[in-house]
Amino acid sequence: MPRLGADRRHEVRFTLNGRPVEGEAEPRMLLTDFLRHVLGRTGTHVGCEHGVCGACTVQIDGAPARACLTLAVQVEGAEIRTVEGLAPAPDRLSVLQESFRAHHGLQCGFCTPGILMSLDELLSRRPDASEDDIRHQLSGHLCRCTGYAPIMKAALDAARRLRGEGETAADA
Amino acid sequence: MELAGQTWVGQSVPRVEDAALLTGRGRFIDDLATRPGTLEAAILRSPHGHAEIRAIDVEKARAARGVVAVLTGRDVQALTSSMVVGVKAPLECWPIATDRVRYVGEPVAIVVATNRYLAEDAMDLIEVEYGALPAVIDPLAALEADAPVIHPSLGRNLASDRSFRYGEPEAAFAAAPHRVEIAVRYPRNSCTPIECYGVVAEYDPGEDSYDVLANFQGPFSIHAVISRALKVPGNRLRLRTPPDSGGSFGVKQGVFPYIVLMAVAARVAGAPVKWIEDRLENLAGAVSATNRATRLAAAVERDGRITALDWDQVEDCGAHLRAPEPATLYRMHGNMTGAYAVRNVLIRNRVVLTNKTPTGLNRGFGGPQVYFALERLVQRIALELGLDPLDVIRANLVPTAAFPYKTATGAILDSGDYLGSMEAALLEGGHAELLRRRDAARAEGRLYGIGYTAVVEPSVSNMGYITAVLQPAERKKAGPKNGAQATATVAVDPVGSVTVHVASVPQGQGHRTVLGQVVADVLGLRPSDIRVATDMDTVKDAWSIASGNYASRFAPAVAGAAHLAATRLRDRIARVAAGQLNVRPEDIVFRGGRIGSASNPENAVPFTRVAAATHWAPGTLPEGLEHAIRETVFWTPPELAAPTEADEVNSSLCHGFIFDYCGVEVDRVTGEVRIDRYVTMHDCGRILHPGMVAGQVTGGFAHALGAALYEEYSYGADGSFQSGTFADYLVPTVMEVPEPILLHRETRSPVTPLGAKGVGEGNCMSTPVCIANAVADAMGLADVTLPLVPAVLASHLHPAETAPKGRPAATAPALSGARQLFGEGTAEVAAPAQTVWDMLLDPQTLQTVIPGAHGVEKVSDTHFKADVTLGVGPVKGRYRAEIHLADLVPPRSVTLSGETSGALGFGSGRGFITLTETEGRTILGYRYEAAIGGKVASVGGRLLDGAARFVIGQFFASLARHAGGQAGESRPGVFARVRRLFGGAP
Ligand code: FES
Ligand code: FES
Repeated sequence: MPRLGADRRHEVRFTLNGRPVEGEAEPRMLLTDFLRHVLGRTGTHVGCEHGVCGACTVQIDGAPARACLTLAVQVEGAEIRTVEGLAPAPDRLSVLQESFRAHHGLQCGFCTPGILMSLDELLSRRPDASEDDIRHQLSGHLCRCTGYAPIMKAALDAARRLRGEGETAADA
Repeated sequence: MELAGQTWVGQSVPRVEDAALLTGRGRFIDDLATRPGTLEAAILRSPHGHAEIRAIDVEKARAARGVVAVLTGRDVQALTSSMVVGVKAPLECWPIATDRVRYVGEPVAIVVATNRYLAEDAMDLIEVEYGALPAVIDPLAALEADAPVIHPSLGRNLASDRSFRYGEPEAAFAAAPHRVEIAVRYPRNSCTPIECYGVVAEYDPGEDSYDVLANFQGPFSIHAVISRALKVPGNRLRLRTPPDSGGSFGVKQGVFPYIVLMAVAARVAGAPVKWIEDRLENLAGAVSATNRATRLAAAVERDGRITALDWDQVEDCGAHLRAPEPATLYRMHGNMTGAYAVRNVLIRNRVVLTNKTPTGLNRGFGGPQVYFALERLVQRIALELGLDPLDVIRANLVPTAAFPYKTATGAILDSGDYLGSMEAALLEGGHAELLRRRDAARAEGRLYGIGYTAVVEPSVSNMGYITAVLQPAERKKAGPKNGAQATATVAVDPVGSVTVHVASVPQGQGHRTVLGQVVADVLGLRPSDIRVATDMDTVKDAWSIASGNYASRFAPAVAGAAHLAATRLRDRIARVAAGQLNVRPEDIVFRGGRIGSASNPENAVPFTRVAAATHWAPGTLPEGLEHAIRETVFWTPPELAAPTEADEVNSSLCHGFIFDYCGVEVDRVTGEVRIDRYVTMHDCGRILHPGMVAGQVTGGFAHALGAALYEEYSYGADGSFQSGTFADYLVPTVMEVPEPILLHRETRSPVTPLGAKGVGEGNCMSTPVCIANAVADAMGLADVTLPLVPAVLASHLHPAETAPKGRPAATAPALSGARQLFGEGTAEVAAPAQTVWDMLLDPQTLQTVIPGAHGVEKVSDTHFKADVTLGVGPVKGRYRAEIHLADLVPPRSVTLSGETSGALGFGSGRGFITLTETEGRTILGYRYEAAIGGKVASVGGRLLDGAARFVIGQFFASLARHAGGQAGESRPGVFARVRRLFGGAP
């Protein structure tokens, strides 16, 4: 890794949701701040800045990661995906997003981007993920609104649909 | 005129809010653009629970890169006045510490800089000299005569003491065959929304006015508090809210002191200032629910019927009495008899101040505290009288025929079928099977118990209830306060499309969706035809002091007001349509996007055409009709009258009913509580959106589960705050929260426009005590305390453990209540003992080997001062240390004692070092004990032991390297350092 001057800004380039992006960051700048305030992609949220709540979860080279525990300069050259990259088109939702809507898997929606990024990674890596797998993946996220039950329903339904086993049906 | 068909209300339509939130296009406060030149603030906060501020030196911070302004309490006081306090007492309430700090996390200084990173850098340069004062944490201890006094102006810690009497309680107690009494404590917790506070403030010196954007949630009565504190009339405080807010549960009411602070900071800095709270600030300093110590006694008949209650509540509001406190204590005043028909009541309410975070709104608001006492008491009555707890509940529930029922303390329970709901819950939730499961588990020797609760959930607060804290005469002087004005505006534009605005300020509750349903039904449109705005602007929108999102007022009051506004607009439009269609207005129906004649369906025109008419051709309107463009409704229920002379208070408009029961098992070895089944029956009146009602119940249940099992604001006896991260303050995850069984009854409220009642807070009232009752039943405990953490329950299961061996006997005057650390170890250094000894006493060497040391100064042979930067977990900071050496036996042993302090915390400790030489090498043995307080204790608690071991290990490793490298030199040679840098062998 190249040496970086603590007080200097450095050019950081990476791929964000399939497109090249670049900006300047001091070495200490967090990836969350870089995404949100340098690049203006505010979909990734900050709930604790100490790695517990999961709201800031993004995918770095395909793996879920806490953007609040990552420095912007660390992702030089990486492939990053954020919640802004999930929908297939601006006016359409992905299967996972659609299930969240159908099952009321969100209320304030502040925890949601991180949860979607974690589940998206799980379901693309393990289409046959079991209820336990999903629960385990979600255990790294805090949601204060939903009580989790609707999130579990949404995730299970999305998994089913992604496996081609039936349509989203709202629970009520 | 025929009413529009009720097609949308009652359906779980998809939420209009979701598409943006699911794709990262939400507009939360920190997502919004600010004006160019907007500065950012960081807040220096107190590391002490109680201390006087002797001096603050901000000069270095002022000179730091990027800094535009630094404000202390004095600067804020110069431009503001104290925030109003809700009791008649000589108390002030400032948003920043002035002469003393009273809780860990209290603001001490504000740094405004070009960005947050630079503001935080500068914050580290502020030097505050504190003089620690004894702290008081426990509310009952705070009442004692010799307790440290937190507000000298008050002269004691008791801020309010009122007694109430209803019916003939003394006679009832004298006549009753039984008196059953309990003493309980309700702990401190907070609902911690995942989004923290945010404020962007700006000051216009030309108009002497403030413009503030904040994720405030209401009540907007606080607007008056803020403008008074800022010394401007209300119309010179423009308060706006962002379109989205990431949860609140009451907590975001508590952002208002920061609105004052940032408004002043913007004024001083001469530019807009933005502040986004971080999680440590939020946990330590935002707002928590009150903790309460309650004694409750009941006069009880042989069949379990309660004839009188005697309450003695001591409410702990923390370090300041912030508006609207002591509202937590009075919100339930009309409901002190819960779901029961008890006619005789005594109440003594005391409010005390302690060295803890100031309290404020939190989901449940007073309900959890009241029901924990009341429903524990009901279980105790059953136990003491040998009755089935269900029979005690049945004997006391308000009878179905009695509604509307006026409680002894003045609430009017509007409607319900408590007994019917309870019996249905037992049947539908599988109570009989649960009893069998319990019996089977117990037969196997397992600890299984069942708990019950019956709860009345009040919603739509009477703005006047808090005045019950005043004596009737004081109330009279202040003028009556009552009601709960809800507002809604419905308007049509020139193409006939419909816009709705309400001052409800949701934080994720889906208000926009529900209002679309409500208004669509009235106007015969689809919800997607209606555009709803729920954000607020106090300059442009219709609002009242009751506006905002609290007290579960949306469905019963706000949605009702929107219904009324839409109905009035519809009636106007109907008159226009009647003229156009040549029928009587009574004959008009709104259906399927068209307005037509009920008797002749062919005779109809599109809604948009008629609705647009007053924009385009006002001249064609029927006589007497000015317009059909916009209707704003202010609705307040007449039932919400001011408290009476006799202190009767109808504290809330409507009252839902909840009956909960659960089966739990306690692990015999670990003390862990597992919830086998949780059944919750709600009667919240008419259900407007079943999916959202379910979401409110499961969400409230999760909050309540956290309060019951995990969450607690934990304080040391010295006031240090010990739960400053989500690793210390344990919020339940998906692994801990079971899915409750949800049941519903619908008894419509006769006092709300749509028949709906609130539903969002009930489980926070019913669930903690329901689980506590079940655990008490499982373990045969008379008293249980929340949270029911395994460590506490295990202490009932196992005999007390003996203290672990090997800890040094306490010698240092440990800081009472702070985090205690102990450790010991050895290290080997390749040098003779005398060399090592010399190094240990040499400031230059120490500076090289102490991890993070910047400067070590020798004051005398036995006194050193050091400046050190250390990181513990997420907090890295600079500390000043004073070290004293004693019992020197050169070159064999020495005792070090010291104190350290810095912005992030303080500590004291003692270490004992021995040196043993063998074959030119020295074995160093060390033992230490230390006590840590302040921010490091709040956030790094669980990391401290490891961090201390690591730092001390580094110290000795470095010492060893140093000794080996210079072979007898007492100063590090340049050559040696260069060689190390390039990886040469030392
Ligand atoms: S913000 Fe990154 S885990 Fe909470
Ligand atoms: S939806 Fe609000 S925190 Fe999860």
